[in-house]
Amino acid sequence: MLFQKASAPFINARANVHSIMYQVLYALIPGTLAAIYFFGWGVLINLIIAASICLLSEALVLKLRARPVAVTLKDGSALITACLLALALPPLAPWWLTAIASIFAIVIAKQLYGGLGFNLFNPAMVGYIVVMISFPGQMTFWTEPLGVVDHWLSFADTFNIIFHGALPDQSSIDSVTMATPMDTLKTQIGLENDIESTRHHKVYGPLFSSISGTGWQWVNMLFLISGIWMIKQKVIDWRIPVSFILSLLLISNFFAVSDYSSYPSALFHLFSGGTMLCAFFIATDPISASTTPRGRWIYGASIGVLVYTIRTWGGYPDGIAFAIVLMNMAVPLLDYYTQPRIYGNKEID
Amino acid sequence: MESTTAKHFHGGLHLDYHKEISSQSAIAACKPQQRYVIPLQQHIGAAGKVIVEKGQRVLKGQMLATTKKLISAPVHSPVSGTVIEIGKHAVAHPSGMEADCIIIENDFQDEWLERNPVGDNYHQMNSHDLRNIVRNAGIVGLGGAVFPTAIKQTEININTLIINGIECEPYITCDDRLMQERAREILSGADIIGHIIKARECIIAIEDNKPEAAAAIQAAIDEDETDFFQLQIIPTLYPSGSEKQLITLITGKEVPMNGLPADIDVLCQNVGTAYAIHQAVFKDEPLISRIVTFTGEGITQPQNLEVPIGTYIADCVEQCGGYSKDAYCMIMGGPMMGYSINSDQIPIVKACNCVLVSSSDEIQPANTEAHMPCIRCGRCVEVCPSKLLPQQLYWYSSTANFERAAEYHLFDCIECGCCTYVCPSQIPLVQYYRSAKSEIWALQADRKKSDAARARHEAREHRLLLQKQEREERLRKKKEALNRKKGKTEENELDAKKAAIAEALARVKKKKETQDIAPKNTENLTADQERQIREADQRRQHSQDQDDSAGK
Repeated sequence: MLFQKASAPFINARANVHSIMYQVLYALIPGTLAAIYFFGWGVLINLIIAASICLLSEALVLKLRARPVAVTLKDGSALITACLLALALPPLAPWWLTAIASIFAIVIAKQLYGGLGFNLFNPAMVGYIVVMISFPGQMTFWTEPLGVVDHWLSFADTFNIIFHGALPDQSSIDSVTMATPMDTLKTQIGLENDIESTRHHKVYGPLFSSISGTGWQWVNMLFLISGIWMIKQKVIDWRIPVSFILSLLLISNFFAVSDYSSYPSALFHLFSGGTMLCAFFIATDPISASTTPRGRWIYGASIGVLVYTIRTWGGYPDGIAFAIVLMNMAVPLLDYYTQPRIYGNKEID
Repeated sequence: MESTTAKHFHGGLHLDYHKEISSQSAIAACKPQQRYVIPLQQHIGAAGKVIVEKGQRVLKGQMLATTKKLISAPVHSPVSGTVIEIGKHAVAHPSGMEADCIIIENDFQDEWLERNPVGDNYHQMNSHDLRNIVRNAGIVGLGGAVFPTAIKQTEININTLIINGIECEPYITCDDRLMQERAREILSGADIIGHIIKARECIIAIEDNKPEAAAAIQAAIDEDETDFFQLQIIPTLYPSGSEKQLITLITGKEVPMNGLPADIDVLCQNVGTAYAIHQAVFKDEPLISRIVTFTGEGITQPQNLEVPIGTYIADCVEQCGGYSKDAYCMIMGGPMMGYSINSDQIPIVKACNCVLVSSSDEIQPANTEAHMPCIRCGRCVEVCPSKLLPQQLYWYSSTANFERAAEYHLFDCIECGCCTYVCPSQIPLVQYYRSAKSEIWALQADRKKSDAARARHEAREHRLLLQKQEREERLRKKKEALNRKKGKTEENELDAKKAAIAEALARVKKKKETQDIAPKNTENLTADQERQIREADQRRQHSQDQDDSAGK
């Protein structure tokens, strides 16, 4: 009798990359739904544009590289990139801006480095940075969140703005878009208006609700809950989100306590902009993050410091993309210098 | 019984154990077979030299091959019969290779070589003599490493002896059954080891998923009057049975890198080894059989058999009711660290603790051909009991960056398979590490070879240079001699003149010297004359001295 040959171990936990990726996608659903609810149809349209362009360009490059197309598209990683981009880009961004960001993310940042598992940088963040630097004007096309808005844009109106740049009658781009709470605060602090008066300003005031910003706080809250679920499911490592949130909390609290009028509170930082999306969905991308336990602590904490630095003293309202890409660069170094102490090795600890 | 540990090791896995498949029935003896195949090398170290001849009748327990080399173990005949063949035969090896074996035809007489057991007298024996008994009985570590046991016991005054009854691999139950059925013999063997190494305490470690074995061992300990033995229950976690990890669990200490357990005052031996030592000392029975678990969905009646070394796997399986229709993959050892073999015409050796015949549903080995890329998720880091960075090792191993792989402690990998078990990309990590290790060994061997070749080459160059110099020197001398001969006639005249001058000079010199040293013509004088001269000299000297002082 002849038997099948194989190599040890002969059993495994039956975990697979696909299920990890899809669990991340499921975890993105509540926050994304909230974003659509608060910021309008634009988020959904962005998502559809980003997803189709990401999948298309991935398929194209895979074909050029003579790699299996169907299996790779099904792994869900391109969809995650699309989803992160759609959530990071302004809801009324023109379609070509989303398309450029998607193409750059998938073709340049991911596939040209060798595809899944080989990219040094987080693809979505690279795509975001490219359009952020190239088209700063369009990158401010944030809608007024529900609860602040005077007239809610219909799906048709949104579609027209995104694809044709055609605004509804009797409105200008300024009347349908509005700066984000973080951007507003930054501008007002720059003008030496203190935080408290900005929060009660008759125009800007409604943007800020109890915690951070109308809509924003709920979106962030939902990503936080999903993130905790992912940690419980062991889909993501807990060290990066914990160290990132802790470092952002400590540093923002340090400055806020020193001067309440010109430094927003820690709570504002944690529940504004892309903080929670970054903590659980972007910084935790294992491929571009540090892979040693100690390295992950340093990686997460450094992103926290960089985000705060860029938000507070940098030229951009939110610094997540830059912080992530900067720390991506530091990963090989981090991994090298944070190797764990091997069993039985007394030399280093 | 409550489980306790001094300190947990890093990582590890909770697995499905499937031990109940084979652990329910008592150990059965394997029926005598027609033919036995005894590989010469069943241990780590040098293979023995055959000391029997083809056609020779051998007795049960007779030594068949041995060597004086330090790290080695002899092999013995499991039955009485005739040596019918000495040559290559397929053996249990992942590559399916053939090795030197002695094939014995059973005469079914079961005639033993004369035995003189030491028995209880071992208490009066010294470590050296006892170690020789262990060595001559061909006893090797039966936990799977098959390292010659006597070598392991050379360090004496070791504080703690650990008897490893963990058996953490799924499916395997041979140690479990052995402990349940032969606890006293195990303790007796442990006591002999303790006597050899002069241990102060002996801890028998069992995982908490084997309560019957633990109870049997505890009962045997209770019978013992000394307080040498102690049972320790360890929480079930793979790979607690790995020597280094077990030592950490029990002592809280880590075996130093590149060191031995003896460095931290510990010796660890498997329960099967302890039993074999008992048999050698009390029955003068060498290691000619062992307990083997036959299990898995591919075997009709899974059970433990006491199998004479050299029995074909096929014969054993037949006794277990043969294969079921689901038989798909045959694994030598457990599902985590074993290796697959594709034929059952292979003899059981000292290292075989388990033959797992699995169905295709039972196992899901990692896909060697098409696996997903590593996404650096770090699950492998979380489970690695050696605290390595498996994903980095994979990166360097798969890209043939062996230097870096070694730098990331590739050789500290114990190949337990935890990383591969959890890998979501289904990468056969352990296989990459194994092949990287053998590549590095091959490179090192190559380097050694090329170093030797270079040294040889340099030595040759040097020798040639010396020969050349010698030849030149000889030539030069010859030439000189020739020249001297040729120019002798002319030189002779010149030499004659020179000699005349030299002679004249020498004469002058000699004359001068004689005048200096012997200014008077005073040769051949009588004693009286000499005395007169001395007196005259003295007088002259005296007056000269006076003149000198006057002159001052």
